[in-house]
Amino acid sequence: MIVRTLISTALLIQSLAVSAETVFVSLEKDNAIAVVDPIAGKLIKTVPIGQRPRGIQLSPDAQTLYVATSDDDTVLVLDANTLAEKARLPSGEDPETFALNSLGTRMYVSNEDDNQVTVIDLQTKQAIQAIAVGVEPEGIAVSPDNQWIVSASETTNMVHWIDAKTHEIKANTLVDPRPRALSFTADGQQLWVTSEIDGTLMIIDVATKEISQRVHFAVPGVGKEKIQPVGVVVDNKRQWAYVALGPANRVAVVNAQSYAVEKYLLVGARVWNLAFSPEQQRLYTTNGVSHDISIIDLAEHKVTKSIAVGRYPWGVAVKP
Amino acid sequence: MRLFHYWFALWGIVSRELLRFVKQKERFLSALVRPLIWLFVFAAGFRAALGIAIIPPYETYILYEVYITPGLIGMIQLFNGMQSSLSMVYDREMGSMRILLVSPLPRWYLLLSKLLAGVFVSILQVYVFLGIAWFYEIQAPLEGYLWLLPALVLSGLMLGALGLLLSSFIKQLENFAGVMNFVIFPMFFMSTALYPLWKLQESSEWLYKLAEYNPFSQAVEFLRFALYAQFNQQAFIYTAVAFALFLILAIIGYNPSKGMMQRKGR
Repeated sequence: MIVRTLISTALLIQSLAVSAETVFVSLEKDNAIAVVDPIAGKLIKTVPIGQRPRGIQLSPDAQTLYVATSDDDTVLVLDANTLAEKARLPSGEDPETFALNSLGTRMYVSNEDDNQVTVIDLQTKQAIQAIAVGVEPEGIAVSPDNQWIVSASETTNMVHWIDAKTHEIKANTLVDPRPRALSFTADGQQLWVTSEIDGTLMIIDVATKEISQRVHFAVPGVGKEKIQPVGVVVDNKRQWAYVALGPANRVAVVNAQSYAVEKYLLVGARVWNLAFSPEQQRLYTTNGVSHDISIIDLAEHKVTKSIAVGRYPWGVAVKP
Repeated sequence: MRLFHYWFALWGIVSRELLRFVKQKERFLSALVRPLIWLFVFAAGFRAALGIAIIPPYETYILYEVYITPGLIGMIQLFNGMQSSLSMVYDREMGSMRILLVSPLPRWYLLLSKLLAGVFVSILQVYVFLGIAWFYEIQAPLEGYLWLLPALVLSGLMLGALGLLLSSFIKQLENFAGVMNFVIFPMFFMSTALYPLWKLQESSEWLYKLAEYNPFSQAVEFLRFALYAQFNQQAFIYTAVAFALFLILAIIGYNPSKGMMQRKGR
């Protein structure tokens, strides 16, 4: 009997541990990070952090949280468990977004004002190089095999392919106006790019570096000018992709095999960034103008809850 | 009187109502078309007009269609209640009411049976409506459809009792237009069926108060919460009390020695 109780308790604890993911949201106007328990659907706490936090990501081992505090001109290194500051990285001016390689050894930061990408060695915490790119770099990503760093220039309307070993631009892909976010598929064969002004989603073939597909969006009852795609994520099986449509207040559900837009899910106002839960059962969205995040159940493709988090939620990272 | 007699009377009244309902295919269709037009045409025009606010029982942003669905369920029941009151007036004019009322069973029981018959028909309509709405992507949690059933019985009884009460006042079939103008429309428009209370409060405080105390609003809110598997206690109490009040008044109204029937000298 005792053994059985022990086993069931252990199982219970394990199931709790599995479901107990934590969502970190950077709050651009509150200069803070919101910590959310998405299972309970509650804001746990808000932690003041630095001026204008935007880009936010966890290290591959989920023990370190990186937050770009744009107006402090740095990327903060925080303990993901305690949120205590461990270091500040020399990110260059006005860091907004950044990307990590899969080993967690390098960080690549977009410096919008200086038209460059800063490379930081995360072991020595030193900036080792600044790579000149097009005007207003924003979206940045590293290919799953760590071969390519891709940087999207909002004004040049290009995706730059930077060799991760030599830090040289090897190729450029001309894309639709104002590219915002980039996302590699898990197999590394495709790069998904959003264009804010044209309201399109482009799928670039990594081998040829050319656009192979273009997806258009049309939300019934919403003006075309409001459809401004920003965040894009593709699930590991490359079955579904999700695109945040900004002021259209919708997340588009795209079939990643047929490239058909299957559904538009209503979320909060001005949805920008997206993040999966660890097992990709849920998707979290930051809704800047309505000051909340929405939770989407990916099995059903339904928005289950929206949770108020604070002023201007920008980025989101999910800790298992 | 044995229990059997009560059961037999109830069965007789319900089956008559059902028969009438099944025979009149146009009535079923029109009862269904009305809310569907509201859903597909009216709501489509106001899709995003609700603005930003998450109100219980909803946990996230919703489209207008989703918001008015419980209101349209209430509408089905409201019209149904009025329809059965209309049929009461018709029965009275045609004389079949006398046959009903000469039964040795207590009058309150006969009236309640009549009410239940109407509610039964309205519940059928509601579920068909919700079935169509499901394919239009208006989907509540599955258990909500179960919780909705008892809520529909109460709200249907309340609106039916109101219809019954009104029918005790109406002398002729022609006067029914007045009921439309003075009861159905104000009740429907001054309620939470089409817009949430906070939206009404933004435009007018007295309209807000009227809507808040409108029993139809309370019935709609009770249904709205039930559809999302939640229990709204305040709306429940309000609806139940309104039902009791309307029923008592209707029973008095149908009492030949005290009620309105005598006064009208029929």
